[in-house]
Amino acid sequence: MSRLDACFKALAEQNQKALVPFVTAGDPNADFTLACMHNMVKAGANIIELGVPFSDPMADGPVIQKASERALEQGMSLKGVIEVVRQFREEDQVTPVILMGYLNPIEFMGYEAFAERAAEAGVDGVLTVDIPPEESAALLRAYDKYALAPIFLLSPTSNESRIKKVAAVAQGYIYYVSIKGVTGTGDLELSEVTDKLAEIKRHTSLPLAVGFGVKNANIAANIAKISDAVVVGSALINCITDNADDENKGQEAIAGLLAEMRTAMDAVTK
Amino acid sequence: MATTSSDQQSTVTDYNLPDDSGHFGPYGGIFVAETLMESIEELNEAYTKFIQDPEFLAELDADLHDYVGRPSPIYHAERLSRETGGAQIYLKREDLNHTGAHKVNNTIGQALLAKRMGKTRIIAETGAGQHGVATATVAARLGLECVVYMGAEDIKRQSPNVYRMKLLGAKVVAVTSGSQTLKDALNEALRDWVTNIDNTYYIIGTVAGPHPYPAMVRDFQTIIGRESRAQMLEKTGRLPDALVACVGGGSNAIGLFHPFIEDEDVAMYGVEAAGLGVETGKHSAPLCAGKPGVLHGNRTYLMADENGEIIETHSISAGLDYPGVGPEHSWLKDIGRADYVAINDDEALAAFHQLTRVEGIIPALESSHAVAYAVKLAKTLPADKNILVNLSGRGDKDIFTIAKLEGIEL
Ligand SMILES: Cc1ncc(COP(=O)(O)O)c(C=O)c1O
Repeated sequence: MSRLDACFKALAEQNQKALVPFVTAGDPNADFTLACMHNMVKAGANIIELGVPFSDPMADGPVIQKASERALEQGMSLKGVIEVVRQFREEDQVTPVILMGYLNPIEFMGYEAFAERAAEAGVDGVLTVDIPPEESAALLRAYDKYALAPIFLLSPTSNESRIKKVAAVAQGYIYYVSIKGVTGTGDLELSEVTDKLAEIKRHTSLPLAVGFGVKNANIAANIAKISDAVVVGSALINCITDNADDENKGQEAIAGLLAEMRTAMDAVTK
Repeated sequence: MATTSSDQQSTVTDYNLPDDSGHFGPYGGIFVAETLMESIEELNEAYTKFIQDPEFLAELDADLHDYVGRPSPIYHAERLSRETGGAQIYLKREDLNHTGAHKVNNTIGQALLAKRMGKTRIIAETGAGQHGVATATVAARLGLECVVYMGAEDIKRQSPNVYRMKLLGAKVVAVTSGSQTLKDALNEALRDWVTNIDNTYYIIGTVAGPHPYPAMVRDFQTIIGRESRAQMLEKTGRLPDALVACVGGGSNAIGLFHPFIEDEDVAMYGVEAAGLGVETGKHSAPLCAGKPGVLHGNRTYLMADENGEIIETHSISAGLDYPGVGPEHSWLKDIGRADYVAINDDEALAAFHQLTRVEGIIPALESSHAVAYAVKLAKTLPADKNILVNLSGRGDKDIFTIAKLEGIEL
């Protein structure tokens, strides 16, 4: 069984939902990210989404854009992110790691070379923001060969035919973008999210993760009630920038927020 | 890409691209986040419907005639040709359009489409400000809210156009992310679009972006080539021997080239910005010196580092300062139907002055790149050959930049 499937199975047995933190690899530096990954697992995270910085992050709001810029200034690259995962796997062989980013760095490395290197380093899945199912056949062949799960997005504007297209190719889980907009902006409407998740459930048996509007433990708990996984990104990156002068404090703030979310989520599902 | 000559033959004589999913060979396509897919499908449906609708086309034609002032003339630049010594240089005068550039051909078309689709808010990205002005102009005329994204760097070097947009009632938003130029303005416009998807229409200013934009913007710009074909036949009794146009995103070039693609005796030259020189790395010439990748919704030639991160471009002209290029140009390059060359800042400046002094026409710095290459090309050809240059815009917007470069205070 893949690490992702095993993770969701184990959580279901405990009546728990997955807590999925997102941080941009290399923000503020690679060592911080590696330590942060372990700290987040200790604080209750179940799956880690690692952002691959890109020069033109079209679907991201200002918080993740700036994180990307900082990481690139530090020399982070797709190769570097894969190296961070390889180091993480030296100590943690259980927690699934998903890379999240844009297509061009993968195009430049080559689909096959990327899939091989990522899988070999211990990456479990890849979410590429700017490749819809229609364009993904060649990439999916490469992922299939190396048993990488292609993670796809769905959004409030996805109609039934789009939901079906995504359901036909997605593996691991489906990531529902809860707001119309970019990461870290806007407020999600719980009732709308509930309805849309029900609609998506009719077309897939994959776990559903919800993200883009999860800012605090209260929202995390509400989302845990209606989904299989809660993704939190910009709120964690704010912990880094709020403590820019002290990396330890940044690590503590991230762990603290995740621990709060863990407690709040478990309180409503267990 | 390996393309046999027999493939190339059939590709060119029976040219009908993009395919249904928006591809020009391996280029183009739809590479956007799921959050935009439904809007793009909606746009594609509306475009496919209205571009065949006689009423829509009649309204478009009337606007191009009465409001833009089309057809734009073709002018035989006799003094420039004589001074150059070689082929005859003709200019397609897109600089005489309302708002001063070819950009308005596209904004008129897309704004009519936006209205048909019931959208009340228009957004656009702009580099030189010409597309922003052309968008603000049509928005004013149709009574639509208009927001234009412009890199903070470009706002500095194109201040007259910023003021024009404001006069026209548009809100100009300075983009301070990334390199603060056209590519970042495009990112920001895409972010606005996903956020305000219900009421907003995004008018992209060039043949880039996800399908259907490269095809749609081209179709609105082919008025340039269709008129040129008829005008050159009437003026000279035959088709031109060569076409020359500058290439930023590539809309004025494809607008001129497209109606001539199947006329294989007509050579086509797209002129990119060599900036400080292609060899210095400080340029905006993805077709001459880049490689294929994916940016802003399509696969095309790009300027990126070995890790696939987009690199900063340089050109004296803001409108050519873009690291990508319309996907159809990538295809025309690969099949060998068009040649792509580059002209550096100094050569463009010299051509700017030459055309101004010799013909009394002040060209945009973008268009000056095309003029510079046409002069080079003309020198290699006999006097009975005809070169048609797309004079994509007028240079009023650039006089402050040029004065500053030359140490003159206005
Ligand atoms: C006068 C003029 N020509 C050319 C361009 C370049 O755009 P494109 O390559 O799409 O024609 C611009 C862009 O701002 C422009 O203002």
